[in-house]
Amino acid sequence: MIDYQWLYALAGAVFVGFAIGSARDETNPRRWGNAAFWSLLVVSFWFGDFLGDIGNGLLVLALVGIAGFHLIGRGSKESGTPKQREQSSQRHGNKLFLPALIIPFTAFVGTLVFNYTPLNALGIIDPKAVTLVLFGCGVLIALVVIYLWLRPPVLAGVDDGSRLTNSIGWAMVLPQMLASLGVIFAAAGVGTTIGAMVSAIIPHGNVFLAVVLYALGMVVFTMIMGNAFAAFPVMAAAIGVPILIHGAGADPAVIGAVGMLAGFCGTLMTPMAANFNIVPAALLELKDQYGVVRVQVATAIPLLICNILILYFAGYLWAH
Amino acid sequence: MTYLPLLGILLVVIGFALRFNPLLVVAVSAIVTGLLGGMPFLKVLATLGHGFNENRYVTVIWIILPVVGLLERYGLQERARAVIADIRGATAGRLLIVYLAVRQILSALGLTTVAGHAQTVRPLVAPMVTAAAEKQQSELDEPTRERVKAMSAATDNVGLFFGEDIFIAIGSILLIQGSMAGFGIELTPIHLSLWAIPTAICAFLIHSARLLWLDRKLGRGR
Repeated sequence: MIDYQWLYALAGAVFVGFAIGSARDETNPRRWGNAAFWSLLVVSFWFGDFLGDIGNGLLVLALVGIAGFHLIGRGSKESGTPKQREQSSQRHGNKLFLPALIIPFTAFVGTLVFNYTPLNALGIIDPKAVTLVLFGCGVLIALVVIYLWLRPPVLAGVDDGSRLTNSIGWAMVLPQMLASLGVIFAAAGVGTTIGAMVSAIIPHGNVFLAVVLYALGMVVFTMIMGNAFAAFPVMAAAIGVPILIHGAGADPAVIGAVGMLAGFCGTLMTPMAANFNIVPAALLELKDQYGVVRVQVATAIPLLICNILILYFAGYLWAH
Repeated sequence: MTYLPLLGILLVVIGFALRFNPLLVVAVSAIVTGLLGGMPFLKVLATLGHGFNENRYVTVIWIILPVVGLLERYGLQERARAVIADIRGATAGRLLIVYLAVRQILSALGLTTVAGHAQTVRPLVAPMVTAAAEKQQSELDEPTRERVKAMSAATDNVGLFFGEDIFIAIGSILLIQGSMAGFGIELTPIHLSLWAIPTAICAFLIHSARLLWLDRKLGRGR
Protein backbone atom coordinates (compact mmCIF):
# COMPACT_ATOMS: atom_id res chain seq x y z
CA MET A 1 0.00 0.00 0.00
CA ILE A 2 1.24 3.48 -0.86
CA ASP A 3 1.39 5.42 2.41
CA TYR A 4 3.30 8.28 4.01
CA GLN A 5 6.58 6.28 3.93
CA TRP A 6 6.64 6.50 0.11
CA LEU A 7 6.14 10.25 0.29
CA TYR A 8 8.91 10.60 2.87
CA ALA A 9 11.27 8.67 0.56
CA LEU A 10 10.36 11.04 -2.29
CA ALA A 11 10.61 14.15 -0.11
CA GLY A 12 14.02 13.01 1.18
CA ALA A 13 15.24 12.69 -2.40
CA VAL A 14 13.96 16.17 -3.30
CA PHE A 15 15.63 17.65 -0.22
CA VAL A 16 18.92 16.01 -1.26
CA GLY A 17 18.49 18.14 -4.37
CA PHE A 18 17.88 21.25 -2.24
CA ALA A 19 21.06 20.52 -0.25
CA ILE A 20 23.13 20.05 -3.41
CA GLY A 21 21.63 23.12 -5.08
CA SER A 22 22.35 25.23 -1.97
CA ALA A 23 25.95 24.04 -1.85
CA ARG A 24 26.38 24.91 -5.55
CA ASP A 25 25.17 28.50 -5.11
CA GLU A 26 28.36 30.52 -4.71
CA THR A 27 26.47 33.80 -4.42
CA ASN A 28 25.25 32.68 -0.98
CA PRO A 29 27.91 33.50 1.67
CA ARG A 30 26.46 30.92 4.05
CA ARG A 31 25.79 28.18 1.53
CA TRP A 32 27.23 25.38 3.69
CA GLY A 33 24.83 26.28 6.50
CA ASN A 34 21.92 25.98 4.08
CA ALA A 35 23.25 22.67 2.77
CA ALA A 36 23.57 21.34 6.34
CA PHE A 37 20.03 22.50 7.21
CA TRP A 38 18.42 20.69 4.25
CA SER A 39 20.63 17.63 4.81
CA LEU A 40 19.24 17.33 8.34
CA LEU A 41 15.75 17.27 6.85
CA VAL A 42 16.87 14.50 4.50
CA VAL A 43 17.96 12.53 7.58
CA SER A 44 14.57 13.22 9.16
CA PHE A 45 12.60 12.08 6.10
CA TRP A 46 14.66 8.97 5.40
CA PHE A 47 15.74 7.81 8.84
CA GLY A 48 13.39 9.61 11.27
CA ASP A 49 11.70 6.36 12.30
CA PHE A 50 15.05 4.76 13.22
CA LEU A 51 16.49 7.66 15.24
CA GLY A 52 14.28 7.20 18.30
CA ASP A 53 12.50 10.07 20.05
CA ILE A 54 15.62 11.50 21.69
CA GLY A 55 17.56 11.23 18.43
CA ASN A 56 14.81 13.19 16.68
CA GLY A 57 14.84 15.70 19.52
CA LEU A 58 18.58 16.28 18.99
CA LEU A 59 17.94 16.66 15.26
CA VAL A 60 15.37 19.36 16.05
CA LEU A 61 17.88 21.15 18.31
CA ALA A 62 20.46 21.04 15.51
CA LEU A 63 17.99 22.56 13.04
CA VAL A 64 17.07 25.26 15.53
CA GLY A 65 20.75 25.94 16.22
CA ILE A 66 21.55 26.44 12.54
CA ALA A 67 18.56 28.73 11.97
CA GLY A 68 18.63 30.51 15.33
CA PHE A 69 22.29 31.51 15.08
CA HIS A 70 21.82 32.81 11.53
CA LEU A 71 24.01 30.20 9.86
CA ILE A 72 21.75 30.08 6.80
CA GLY A 73 21.60 32.77 4.15
CA ARG A 74 20.29 33.52 0.69
CA GLY A 75 22.01 33.65 -2.66
CA SER A 76 21.33 36.30 -5.28
CA LYS A 77 21.49 33.95 -8.25
CA GLU A 78 18.54 34.13 -10.64
CA SER A 79 17.66 31.54 -13.21
CA GLY A 80 18.28 33.32 -16.48
CA THR A 81 18.14 37.05 -17.11
CA PRO A 82 14.83 38.98 -17.17
CA LYS A 83 15.31 39.31 -20.94
CA GLN A 84 15.73 35.55 -21.42
CA ARG A 85 12.61 34.90 -19.38
CA GLU A 86 10.63 37.48 -21.36
CA GLN A 87 11.71 35.90 -24.65
CA SER A 88 10.93 32.41 -23.42
CA SER A 89 7.53 33.58 -22.21
CA GLN A 90 6.75 34.96 -25.67
CA ARG A 91 8.09 31.91 -27.48
CA HIS A 92 6.13 29.34 -25.45
CA GLY A 93 3.00 31.43 -24.97
CA ASN A 94 0.16 30.25 -22.78
CA LYS A 95 1.28 26.64 -23.09
CA LEU A 96 3.61 27.49 -20.17
CA PHE A 97 0.59 27.29 -17.88
CA LEU A 98 -0.06 23.65 -18.73
CA PRO A 99 2.70 22.05 -16.61
CA ALA A 100 1.62 24.27 -13.70
CA LEU A 101 -1.91 22.99 -14.06
CA ILE A 102 -0.87 19.31 -14.07
CA ILE A 103 -0.64 19.26 -10.26
CA PRO A 104 -4.15 20.60 -9.53
CA PHE A 105 -5.53 18.50 -12.39
CA THR A 106 -3.98 15.31 -11.00
CA ALA A 107 -5.38 16.11 -7.55
CA PHE A 108 -8.83 16.80 -9.02
CA VAL A 109 -9.10 13.73 -11.25
CA GLY A 110 -7.36 11.53 -8.70
CA THR A 111 -9.80 12.52 -5.94
CA LEU A 112 -12.78 11.81 -8.20
CA VAL A 113 -11.37 8.46 -9.35
CA PHE A 114 -10.43 7.47 -5.83
CA ASN A 115 -13.83 8.37 -4.35
CA TYR A 116 -16.16 7.12 -7.06
CA THR A 117 -14.53 3.97 -8.44
CA PRO A 118 -13.72 0.58 -6.86
CA LEU A 119 -10.08 1.73 -6.66
CA ASN A 120 -10.85 2.87 -3.15
CA ALA A 121 -11.69 -0.67 -2.05
CA LEU A 122 -8.52 -2.16 -3.58
CA GLY A 123 -6.45 -0.51 -0.89
CA ILE A 124 -3.62 0.64 -3.18
CA ILE A 125 -3.34 4.01 -1.44
CA ASP A 126 -3.62 4.60 2.30
CA PRO A 127 -6.85 6.69 2.66
CA LYS A 128 -5.13 8.99 5.18
CA ALA A 129 -2.39 9.84 2.71
CA VAL A 130 -4.43 9.99 -0.48
CA THR A 131 -4.38 13.79 -0.96
CA LEU A 132 -0.62 14.03 -0.53
CA VAL A 133 0.05 10.93 -2.65
CA LEU A 134 -1.93 12.45 -5.53
CA PHE A 135 -0.04 15.71 -5.00
CA GLY A 136 3.28 13.81 -5.17
CA CYS A 137 2.19 12.06 -8.39
CA GLY A 138 1.26 15.45 -9.88
CA VAL A 139 4.69 16.86 -9.03
CA LEU A 140 6.48 13.88 -10.63
CA ILE A 141 4.36 14.04 -13.80
CA ALA A 142 4.91 17.81 -14.07
CA LEU A 143 8.68 17.36 -13.70
CA VAL A 144 8.77 14.69 -16.43
CA VAL A 145 6.70 16.89 -18.77
CA ILE A 146 8.92 19.92 -18.15
CA TYR A 147 12.13 17.99 -18.79
CA LEU A 148 10.79 16.34 -21.95
CA TRP A 149 9.27 19.54 -23.36
CA LEU A 150 11.59 22.37 -22.34
CA ARG A 151 14.79 20.33 -22.01
CA PRO A 152 16.43 22.40 -19.25
CA PRO A 153 20.01 21.60 -18.15
CA VAL A 154 20.05 18.46 -15.98
CA LEU A 155 20.78 20.29 -12.73
CA ALA A 156 18.36 23.17 -13.44
CA GLY A 157 15.64 21.55 -11.33
CA VAL A 158 18.03 21.30 -8.41
CA ASP A 159 19.19 24.92 -8.79
CA ASP A 160 15.74 26.41 -9.34
CA GLY A 161 14.19 24.34 -6.56
CA SER A 162 16.82 25.36 -4.05
CA ARG A 163 16.60 29.00 -5.17
CA LEU A 164 12.97 29.03 -4.03
CA THR A 165 13.69 26.81 -1.03
CA ASN A 166 16.33 29.19 0.27
CA SER A 167 14.07 32.19 -0.26
CA ILE A 168 11.69 30.54 2.22
CA GLY A 169 14.53 29.27 4.41
CA TRP A 170 13.85 28.28 8.01
CA ALA A 171 10.17 29.26 7.65
CA MET A 172 9.74 25.99 5.75
CA VAL A 173 10.03 23.86 8.90
CA LEU A 174 8.23 26.30 11.20
CA PRO A 175 4.78 24.68 10.69
CA GLN A 176 6.22 21.28 11.61
CA MET A 177 7.94 22.80 14.68
CA LEU A 178 4.70 24.46 15.77
CA ALA A 179 2.94 21.11 15.49
CA SER A 180 5.48 19.64 17.92
CA LEU A 181 5.05 22.66 20.22
CA GLY A 182 1.34 21.78 20.26
CA VAL A 183 2.24 18.27 21.44
CA ILE A 184 4.27 19.74 24.32
CA PHE A 185 1.53 22.23 25.21
CA ALA A 186 -0.95 19.34 25.41
CA ALA A 187 1.42 17.20 27.49
CA ALA A 188 2.03 20.08 29.93
CA GLY A 189 -1.72 20.62 30.38
CA VAL A 190 -1.91 24.12 28.84
CA GLY A 191 -5.30 23.43 27.26
CA THR A 192 -6.99 22.24 30.44
CA THR A 193 -5.56 25.19 32.41
CA ILE A 194 -6.96 27.72 29.93
CA GLY A 195 -10.31 25.91 29.86
CA ALA A 196 -10.51 26.08 33.66
CA MET A 197 -9.62 29.79 33.65
CA VAL A 198 -12.33 30.58 31.10
CA SER A 199 -15.00 28.61 32.98
CA ALA A 200 -14.05 30.49 36.14
CA ILE A 201 -14.81 33.93 34.65
CA ILE A 202 -17.97 32.99 32.75
CA PRO A 203 -21.06 34.94 33.89
CA HIS A 204 -24.13 32.80 34.48
CA GLY A 205 -27.50 33.72 33.06
CA ASN A 206 -26.39 36.05 30.25
CA VAL A 207 -26.43 33.92 27.10
CA PHE A 208 -25.21 36.67 24.77
CA LEU A 209 -22.17 37.32 26.93
CA ALA A 210 -21.47 33.59 27.09
CA VAL A 211 -21.64 33.41 23.28
CA VAL A 212 -19.21 36.34 22.99
CA LEU A 213 -16.78 34.70 25.44
CA TYR A 214 -17.05 31.37 23.62
CA ALA A 215 -16.18 33.00 20.28
CA LEU A 216 -13.45 35.22 21.72
CA GLY A 217 -12.04 32.23 23.61
CA MET A 218 -11.84 30.31 20.33
CA VAL A 219 -10.07 33.27 18.69
CA VAL A 220 -7.54 33.89 21.45
CA PHE A 221 -6.74 30.23 22.04
CA THR A 222 -6.42 29.67 18.27
CA MET A 223 -4.04 32.61 18.04
CA ILE A 224 -1.89 31.11 20.80
CA MET A 225 -1.86 27.57 19.44
CA GLY A 226 -1.76 28.56 15.77
CA ASN A 227 -4.72 26.39 14.84
CA ALA A 228 -8.37 26.10 15.74
CA PHE A 229 -8.22 22.32 16.07
CA ALA A 230 -6.41 22.53 19.40
CA ALA A 231 -8.75 25.25 20.66
CA PHE A 232 -12.05 23.60 19.80
CA PRO A 233 -12.16 20.67 22.26
CA VAL A 234 -11.04 23.00 25.09
CA MET A 235 -13.61 25.74 24.44
CA ALA A 236 -16.37 23.21 23.76
CA ALA A 237 -15.66 21.64 27.15
CA ALA A 238 -15.37 24.99 28.95
CA ILE A 239 -18.36 26.93 27.53
CA GLY A 240 -19.90 25.40 24.40
CA VAL A 241 -21.34 22.21 25.86
CA PRO A 242 -22.02 22.96 29.56
CA ILE A 243 -23.29 26.54 29.25
CA LEU A 244 -24.59 27.05 25.71
CA ILE A 245 -25.87 23.60 24.72
CA HIS A 246 -26.90 22.04 28.04
CA GLY A 247 -27.51 25.26 29.98
CA ALA A 248 -29.20 27.50 27.42
CA GLY A 249 -30.48 24.82 25.04
CA ALA A 250 -28.58 26.11 21.98
CA ASP A 251 -28.38 24.11 18.73
CA PRO A 252 -25.23 21.88 18.95
CA ALA A 253 -24.68 21.95 15.16
CA VAL A 254 -24.44 25.77 15.11
CA ILE A 255 -22.35 25.95 18.28
CA GLY A 256 -19.96 23.36 16.82
CA ALA A 257 -19.68 24.55 13.21
CA VAL A 258 -19.71 28.32 13.77
CA GLY A 259 -17.54 28.05 16.90
CA MET A 260 -14.85 26.42 14.79
CA LEU A 261 -15.23 29.14 12.13
CA ALA A 262 -14.82 31.82 14.82
CA GLY A 263 -11.52 30.08 15.58
CA PHE A 264 -10.56 30.38 11.90
CA CYS A 265 -10.88 34.18 12.28
CA GLY A 266 -8.15 33.81 14.91
CA THR A 267 -6.01 31.79 12.47
CA LEU A 268 -6.06 34.80 10.13
CA MET A 269 -4.59 37.02 12.85
CA THR A 270 -1.66 35.03 14.25
CA PRO A 271 1.94 34.45 13.18
CA MET A 272 1.67 31.07 14.93
CA ALA A 273 -0.32 29.79 11.94
CA ALA A 274 2.97 29.86 10.09
CA ASN A 275 2.10 27.87 6.99
CA PHE A 276 -0.75 30.28 6.16
CA ASN A 277 0.72 33.56 7.39
CA ILE A 278 4.53 33.49 7.65
CA VAL A 279 5.50 31.08 4.87
CA PRO A 280 3.61 32.97 2.11
CA ALA A 281 5.25 36.23 3.24
CA ALA A 282 8.62 34.54 2.64
CA LEU A 283 7.43 32.86 -0.56
CA LEU A 284 6.25 36.19 -2.02
CA GLU A 285 9.44 37.87 -0.77
CA LEU A 286 7.58 40.47 1.29
CA LYS A 287 9.77 42.81 3.34
CA ASP A 288 7.52 42.52 6.39
CA GLN A 289 7.28 38.93 7.65
CA TYR A 290 3.94 39.86 9.26
CA GLY A 291 2.65 41.53 6.06
CA VAL A 292 0.04 38.84 5.35
CA VAL A 293 -1.29 38.82 8.94
CA ARG A 294 -1.58 42.60 8.86
CA VAL A 295 -3.88 42.74 5.82
CA GLN A 296 -6.02 39.89 7.15
CA VAL A 297 -7.05 41.57 10.41
CA ALA A 298 -9.59 43.85 8.72
CA THR A 299 -11.35 40.81 7.22
CA ALA A 300 -11.10 38.70 10.37
CA ILE A 301 -12.70 41.14 12.84
CA PRO A 302 -15.93 41.94 10.93
CA LEU A 303 -16.24 38.23 10.13
CA LEU A 304 -15.85 37.38 13.81
CA ILE A 305 -18.72 39.76 14.61
CA CYS A 306 -20.84 37.98 11.96
CA ASN A 307 -19.98 34.65 13.57
CA ILE A 308 -21.00 35.89 17.01
CA LEU A 309 -24.33 37.10 15.61
CA ILE A 310 -24.90 33.78 13.80
CA LEU A 311 -24.08 31.87 16.99
CA TYR A 312 -26.52 33.96 19.00
CA PHE A 313 -29.42 34.34 16.58
CA ALA A 314 -29.30 31.03 14.69
CA GLY A 315 -27.82 28.94 17.47
CA TYR A 316 -29.75 30.24 20.47
CA LEU A 317 -32.76 32.44 19.63
CA TRP A 318 -33.85 30.47 16.58
CA ALA A 319 -33.47 27.17 18.45
CA HIS A 320 -36.15 28.31 20.93
CA MET B 1 -3.46 22.70 38.89
CA THR B 2 -0.49 24.87 38.08
CA TYR B 3 -0.47 28.01 35.96
CA LEU B 4 3.30 27.89 35.45
CA PRO B 5 3.29 26.23 31.97
CA LEU B 6 1.36 29.28 30.69
CA LEU B 7 4.65 31.17 30.90
CA GLY B 8 5.62 29.24 27.76
CA ILE B 9 2.85 31.06 25.89
CA LEU B 10 4.15 34.38 27.18
CA LEU B 11 7.62 33.48 25.86
CA VAL B 12 6.18 32.82 22.40
CA VAL B 13 4.34 36.15 22.37
CA ILE B 14 7.40 38.11 23.53
CA GLY B 15 9.75 36.22 21.21
CA PHE B 16 7.55 36.84 18.16
CA ALA B 17 7.02 40.49 19.11
CA LEU B 18 10.78 41.08 19.46
CA ARG B 19 11.28 39.28 16.14
CA PHE B 20 13.73 36.66 17.32
CA ASN B 21 14.10 33.76 14.94
CA PRO B 22 10.69 32.01 15.24
CA LEU B 23 12.26 28.54 15.13
CA LEU B 24 14.36 29.45 18.16
CA VAL B 25 11.38 31.02 19.95
CA VAL B 26 9.25 27.93 19.44
CA ALA B 27 11.96 25.53 20.57
CA VAL B 28 12.79 27.54 23.71
CA SER B 29 9.11 27.90 24.55
CA ALA B 30 8.54 24.16 24.05
CA ILE B 31 11.40 23.26 26.41
CA VAL B 32 10.42 25.85 29.05
CA THR B 33 6.74 24.81 28.94
CA GLY B 34 7.67 21.15 29.30
CA LEU B 35 10.04 21.78 32.22
CA LEU B 36 7.50 24.02 34.01
CA GLY B 37 4.87 21.34 33.43
CA GLY B 38 7.04 19.00 35.49
CA MET B 39 8.60 16.96 32.69
CA PRO B 40 12.29 16.03 32.99
CA PHE B 41 14.53 17.48 30.24
CA LEU B 42 15.06 14.20 28.38
CA LYS B 43 11.29 13.62 28.34
CA VAL B 44 10.76 17.11 26.86
CA LEU B 45 13.41 16.43 24.23
CA ALA B 46 11.82 13.08 23.38
CA THR B 47 8.32 14.60 23.15
CA LEU B 48 9.62 17.35 20.87
CA GLY B 49 11.43 14.85 18.66
CA HIS B 50 8.45 12.52 18.55
CA GLY B 51 6.10 15.37 17.61
CA PHE B 52 8.49 16.55 14.89
CA ASN B 53 8.82 13.07 13.41
CA GLU B 54 5.08 12.39 13.46
CA ASN B 55 4.36 15.66 11.64
CA ARG B 56 6.78 15.25 8.74
CA TYR B 57 3.88 15.13 6.28
CA VAL B 58 3.39 18.90 6.86
CA THR B 59 6.72 19.62 5.13
CA VAL B 60 6.25 17.18 2.21
CA ILE B 61 4.32 19.82 0.23
CA TRP B 62 7.59 21.64 -0.64
CA ILE B 63 8.53 18.98 -3.19
CA ILE B 64 6.54 21.27 -5.53
CA LEU B 65 9.29 23.93 -5.55
CA PRO B 66 11.45 22.47 -8.35
CA VAL B 67 8.38 22.53 -10.64
CA VAL B 68 7.58 26.16 -9.81
CA GLY B 69 11.26 27.16 -10.05
CA LEU B 70 11.76 25.51 -13.45
CA LEU B 71 8.64 27.11 -14.90
CA GLU B 72 9.79 30.49 -13.61
CA ARG B 73 13.08 29.96 -15.48
CA TYR B 74 11.03 29.69 -18.67
CA GLY B 75 9.03 32.86 -17.94
CA LEU B 76 5.88 31.66 -16.13
CA GLN B 77 5.53 34.86 -14.09
CA GLU B 78 6.14 37.00 -17.20
CA ARG B 79 3.45 34.98 -19.01
CA ALA B 80 0.97 35.50 -16.16
CA ARG B 81 1.59 39.25 -16.36
CA ALA B 82 1.23 39.28 -20.16
CA VAL B 83 -2.14 37.56 -19.99
CA ILE B 84 -3.50 40.16 -17.58
CA ALA B 85 -2.08 43.02 -19.64
CA ASP B 86 -4.25 41.82 -22.54
CA ILE B 87 -7.50 41.68 -20.58
CA ARG B 88 -9.39 44.98 -20.63
CA GLY B 89 -10.95 45.97 -17.34
CA ALA B 90 -8.88 43.52 -15.30
CA THR B 91 -8.20 45.11 -11.94
CA ALA B 92 -6.38 43.73 -8.92
CA GLY B 93 -9.56 43.71 -6.84
CA ARG B 94 -11.76 42.06 -9.47
CA LEU B 95 -9.16 39.38 -10.18
CA LEU B 96 -8.90 38.56 -6.49
CA ILE B 97 -12.70 38.45 -6.11
CA VAL B 98 -12.84 35.85 -8.89
CA TYR B 99 -10.00 33.91 -7.26
CA LEU B 100 -11.76 34.09 -3.88
CA ALA B 101 -14.96 32.65 -5.34
CA VAL B 102 -13.12 29.87 -7.18
CA ARG B 103 -11.04 29.00 -4.11
CA GLN B 104 -14.13 28.87 -1.86
CA ILE B 105 -16.07 26.70 -4.29
CA LEU B 106 -13.19 24.28 -4.90
CA SER B 107 -12.57 24.00 -1.15
CA ALA B 108 -16.26 23.39 -0.54
CA LEU B 109 -15.96 20.46 -2.97
CA GLY B 110 -13.09 19.06 -0.93
CA LEU B 111 -10.43 20.13 -3.44
CA THR B 112 -8.31 22.04 -0.95
CA THR B 113 -4.89 21.16 -2.38
CA VAL B 114 -5.54 22.16 -5.99
CA ALA B 115 -4.58 25.72 -5.07
CA GLY B 116 -2.34 27.25 -2.42
CA HIS B 117 0.52 29.63 -1.78
CA ALA B 118 3.13 27.50 -3.55
CA GLN B 119 0.81 25.95 -6.14
CA THR B 120 -1.02 29.04 -7.39
CA VAL B 121 -0.33 32.26 -5.45
CA ARG B 122 3.41 32.64 -6.07
CA PRO B 123 3.56 31.45 -9.70
CA LEU B 124 0.22 32.78 -11.00
CA VAL B 125 -2.03 34.88 -8.77
CA ALA B 126 0.49 37.33 -7.29
CA PRO B 127 2.13 38.20 -10.68
CA MET B 128 -1.28 38.59 -12.33
CA VAL B 129 -2.65 40.80 -9.57
CA THR B 130 0.52 42.89 -9.49
CA ALA B 131 0.33 43.33 -13.26
CA ALA B 132 -3.29 44.48 -12.97
CA ALA B 133 -2.34 46.91 -10.19
CA GLU B 134 0.41 48.30 -12.43
CA LYS B 135 -2.21 48.99 -15.10
CA GLN B 136 -4.29 50.86 -12.52
CA GLN B 137 -1.43 52.89 -11.10
CA SER B 138 1.44 53.43 -13.50
CA GLU B 139 4.00 54.08 -10.81
CA LEU B 140 3.21 51.52 -8.15
CA ASP B 141 5.09 52.50 -5.01
CA GLU B 142 6.77 49.88 -2.85
CA PRO B 143 4.26 49.80 0.08
CA THR B 144 1.35 49.43 -2.36
CA ARG B 145 3.12 46.64 -4.25
CA GLU B 146 3.73 44.84 -0.93
CA ARG B 147 0.10 45.32 0.05
CA VAL B 148 -1.18 43.94 -3.24
CA LYS B 149 1.02 40.84 -2.89
CA ALA B 150 -0.02 40.36 0.75
CA MET B 151 -3.68 40.66 -0.29
CA SER B 152 -3.14 37.86 -2.84
CA ALA B 153 -1.94 35.52 -0.08
CA ALA B 154 -4.69 36.70 2.28
CA THR B 155 -7.36 36.01 -0.34
CA ASP B 156 -6.12 32.45 -0.72
CA ASN B 157 -6.36 31.94 3.06
CA VAL B 158 -9.86 33.42 3.34
CA GLY B 159 -11.08 31.32 0.41
CA LEU B 160 -9.63 28.13 1.89
CA PHE B 161 -10.71 28.63 5.52
CA PHE B 162 -14.26 29.68 4.77
CA GLY B 163 -14.88 27.17 2.00
CA GLU B 164 -13.43 23.93 3.31
CA ASP B 165 -15.89 23.45 6.17
CA ILE B 166 -18.76 23.14 3.69
CA PHE B 167 -17.19 19.85 2.58
CA ILE B 168 -18.38 17.06 4.85
CA ALA B 169 -15.21 14.96 4.99
CA ILE B 170 -12.76 17.67 6.05
CA GLY B 171 -10.69 17.34 9.23
CA SER B 172 -12.34 20.16 11.16
CA ILE B 173 -15.87 18.80 10.61
CA LEU B 174 -14.78 15.35 11.76
CA LEU B 175 -13.09 16.93 14.78
CA ILE B 176 -16.27 18.81 15.76
CA GLN B 177 -18.30 15.63 15.36
CA GLY B 178 -15.77 13.63 17.38
CA SER B 179 -15.50 16.18 20.21
CA MET B 180 -19.27 16.53 20.48
CA ALA B 181 -19.69 12.74 20.49
CA GLY B 182 -17.33 12.74 23.48
CA PHE B 183 -19.94 14.82 25.34
CA GLY B 184 -22.74 12.45 24.27
CA ILE B 185 -24.05 14.80 21.55
CA GLU B 186 -24.58 13.04 18.22
CA LEU B 187 -24.24 15.25 15.10
CA THR B 188 -24.12 14.38 11.42
CA PRO B 189 -21.37 15.91 9.23
CA ILE B 190 -23.94 17.21 6.72
CA HIS B 191 -25.70 19.15 9.47
CA LEU B 192 -22.41 20.77 10.51
CA SER B 193 -21.34 21.58 6.97
CA LEU B 194 -24.70 23.29 6.23
CA TRP B 195 -24.05 25.65 9.13
CA ALA B 196 -20.71 26.62 7.59
CA ILE B 197 -22.55 28.22 4.65
CA PRO B 198 -23.76 31.48 6.32
CA THR B 199 -20.21 32.29 7.47
CA ALA B 200 -18.85 31.40 4.02
CA ILE B 201 -21.23 33.95 2.46
CA CYS B 202 -20.28 36.61 5.04
CA ALA B 203 -16.58 35.94 4.39
CA PHE B 204 -17.07 36.38 0.64
CA LEU B 205 -19.00 39.64 1.07
CA ILE B 206 -16.64 41.18 3.63
CA HIS B 207 -13.44 40.27 1.81
CA SER B 208 -14.86 41.27 -1.60
CA ALA B 209 -15.84 44.65 -0.20
CA ARG B 210 -12.24 45.11 0.95
CA LEU B 211 -10.97 44.10 -2.49
CA LEU B 212 -13.25 46.65 -4.16
CA TRP B 213 -11.92 49.22 -1.71
CA LEU B 214 -8.39 48.23 -2.76
CA ASP B 215 -9.41 48.92 -6.36
CA ARG B 216 -10.73 52.35 -5.41
CA LYS B 217 -7.43 53.21 -3.82
CA LEU B 218 -5.46 51.90 -6.78
CA GLY B 219 -7.53 53.93 -9.21
CA ARG B 220 -9.35 53.15 -12.40
CA GLY B 221 -8.09 50.52 -14.84
CA ARG B 222 -6.98 51.73 -18.24
